[in-house]
Order: sequence, then C-alpha cells, then structure tokens
Amino acid sequence: MALTDVVKIILLVLLVVCAIAVNFTKTLLQAVIVFMSYSSVMCIIWVLMESPDLAITEAAVGAGISGVLFLLTLRRIRSEDDRREEERRASGKSDKDEPGGGKFESR
Amino acid sequence: MLRTTSNHLYERCSYCAKKGHSMRLRMSNKFAKFRNWLAGDYDPLKNVLDTDETVSDSREEIKKENRKIISEVDAEGSTRRLEKAEQRGFDLVYRVIAIVSCLLLIGVLLFTVALLPRYGVENPESTTVVKRYVESGLQETGAINIVAGIILDYRAFDTLGESHVLFTALICVTILLRADSKNLRTKYEDFYTIKQVKYHDLNKDKIINRVGMILVPCIFVFGIYVLLNGQNGPGGGFSGGSVMGAGLIIGTAAFGYEKMDRFISTKTAMWITFISLAFYSFAKGYVFFTGANGLDNHIPKGIPGAILSGGLILPLDIAVGMVVACTMYGFYNLFRRGRT
Repeated sequence: MALTDVVKIILLVLLVVCAIAVNFTKTLLQAVIVFMSYSSVMCIIWVLMESPDLAITEAAVGAGISGVLFLLTLRRIRSEDDRREEERRASGKSDKDEPGGGKFESR
Repeated sequence: MLRTTSNHLYERCSYCAKKGHSMRLRMSNKFAKFRNWLAGDYDPLKNVLDTDETVSDSREEIKKENRKIISEVDAEGSTRRLEKAEQRGFDLVYRVIAIVSCLLLIGVLLFTVALLPRYGVENPESTTVVKRYVESGLQETGAINIVAGIILDYRAFDTLGESHVLFTALICVTILLRADSKNLRTKYEDFYTIKQVKYHDLNKDKIINRVGMILVPCIFVFGIYVLLNGQNGPGGGFSGGSVMGAGLIIGTAAFGYEKMDRFISTKTAMWITFISLAFYSFAKGYVFFTGANGLDNHIPKGIPGAILSGGLILPLDIAVGMVVACTMYGFYNLFRRGRT
C-alpha cells in the first residue's frame, strides 16, 4: 500500500470521527471548533483528490468564514444570555423559574 | 450612542438612574401638587430640573418592556406546554418519528447513490459530454482550466444562479439583522450597542494588529492571483472571492470596524455585489439570446495561458469574485454587531 493511500485512509477516518464528534460535544464552542477541523481535513482530502480549487474554497469558506460566522452567532447568543441573566437578577427570580432558561447555554 | 426620538429624555434619565431616585409618579401627590400650583407656592419645573421624582426613567421603561417581552414569549411557551402524561407520550412519538424519518432519509439517499453510474466506468451518459468538453474545450472557450471553461462558459447559467443565491442570502440576512437608528425593532437593541463597545477592542491588541498588517496584503495578493488565473489554473471566481472575503474579515478584526468601513463600507459592498451581478446577467443574457457563442466572437480569446485570455471568462470570474467577497464581508459585518 502506497503512503498516500495510508494518509488517505487516516484522513477519511478522521473525517468520520469529526462528523460524529460534533454530536457529542458539550458546548457549542467545541462543536464549532470540531466543525472547523472537519473542514480542514476535507480541504486536505480535496487536495489529494486533485481538485485544488475546491481545496482553496473549502479552506476559506468551510474552515474560515463559516466558522467565524458561527462564533459571531455564539457571541450574540451569549450576549442574549447576559441580557436574560440581567433581567432575571433585576426581577429577582432564579434560573429555574424561567422556562427555557439555560436553553442556549454556550459557556 | 443610540439616537431615538426620546434621546433627550434618555440621557437625562440615565442621570437620574445613577442617582438612584425612585421614578414612580405618585398620583396622590400629584393632585396635592396641582392644588399647590394653583395656590402659587409650587413650581413644577423645580422638580423636573432637580430630578426628584416626577420623571419616569426611560431606561427603567426599556427594562420593564424587555421583561414584558421575555415573559410574554416564555408564557406563550408555557401555556402551550402539555400535561405531564401527554408530554411523555409526545416525547415517545417524537423520538419514534425522528428515528423513522432519519432511517427513511438514509435509505432514500443510499438508494439514489446506488442508482448513480459507477465511477470511471465507460457509459454513454457520462462520456459523450465529457469527451466534448475535454476535446474541444480549449478551442471553444480559450481556457486551459477546463473546469473554469465549464462553469463560466458551458454551464454559466448555473453559476449565475449560485451568485443570485448568495445575493438573496445577503438580502435575507440584512432584513433579519439590520438594526440601525432608522429601524430599531425593539428598544432593547441598544443593549447590544452598549455591549459591543466592550467586546470589540480586538484591534487594540497589538499582536493582532501587527499580524493583520503582515497577513492582509498577502491574502489579498493571493486572492487576486487566484481570481485572475481562474482560466489558466486551479481557482477562479468563487475561490478567489472567498479568499478575498476572508482577507476583508481579517482586516476588520485587525484594524477595527471604522478603518475598514472607510475602505469599503457595507453599502459599497452591496453596490459592488449588485453591479457585478447585473454585469454578469447582462453579459450572459446577451450570449444566451444571440446563440451559444454570440459574444465570444467579438471578444478576442487571446493566447491560452495569458491572463487576458479566455474571452468572457475573465470578466465573469471577476464579477463572481466580487460578489462572493462582498457577500462574505457583508455577512461578517451584519453578524458582527447586528447593525450596519
């Protein structure tokens, strides 16, 4: 077996592991990071499959821009959480009183 | 700072809030005051200027409104909450349906994949078109990169649709997230504008600033290289455009929003996107209406391998690249603060 074949198999296994691992992450931030690593692995696989233009796009869009957009969305959710917490503190309620409290737990 | 119609009130009242006065109007007091005022020994302006107790705090109002909105939303959820037994039954049904639909989807997809022609096997559906592309692609399109020749000449209509999908997505995101002083949906959005100031001091970090100064020009040069060499090598409009969009995003993170806004504002990005799409549509529409190779006859193909070759492919590549870059940048800006 040639060396590239071994590398290919390792990368494909890593791809499947990444895809499954997204489901078992504890926080959304970890999920985003695993997703970005999935895109990076996919980028290398595109290069090995001799389509470098797709590799460039995957690296820029999959690992870069969509990850950045996810992180920004997470930050927005986080500031939403902060706001809710502030409201809760202002109204003197505990977290458990709120239905759906901690639903968007991102920390 | 937020500029609303109640701006004056707002600022004055944030002052009151700092002082910690109670902001409730006391109705019984009011009537007594009215009588005093009639008698002449009460000055209504005195209380306002001293911010004693007559002015209601707009900040407090905003908070109250927020609380109301949140409680309304939550109450809507809780009133629709089912009884416990029903809930358990619903959970069971939900899980069963989820598993069944998931398995169904997997089955349908696997079945469809099984119907695809086998990879690399000679079959007439997949070879006739490919043969035409490989054999006469260079003469017909003038592009060494057959992929660029296919996506921007033979199948240019697809690429046009993709660019429009991107543009539509940008419009939708703008509709959802745009919140400037003209169209604030709720008052509590000023919460974000207050928070953003704290969150967005990335550009004051020296390391990020310096690294950005070194990286951003390189990224731009690489993006332009990929964009302009779409017909000669791997790359093209979408790849080059996304690289340039990433460069714009890194620039915004490194140098700060204001500087990049002076370089290219979100509005300018929208205009560039629109003009590029319009150019693409008109150029390709002309070709479609005048027959397959209509416009290509007027544009010299050039020597294959040079940058100025490939006829219409290079301008279309640039148009697609501009659309992609500006769309990414616009996305980032809209997601970044929810404001334009």
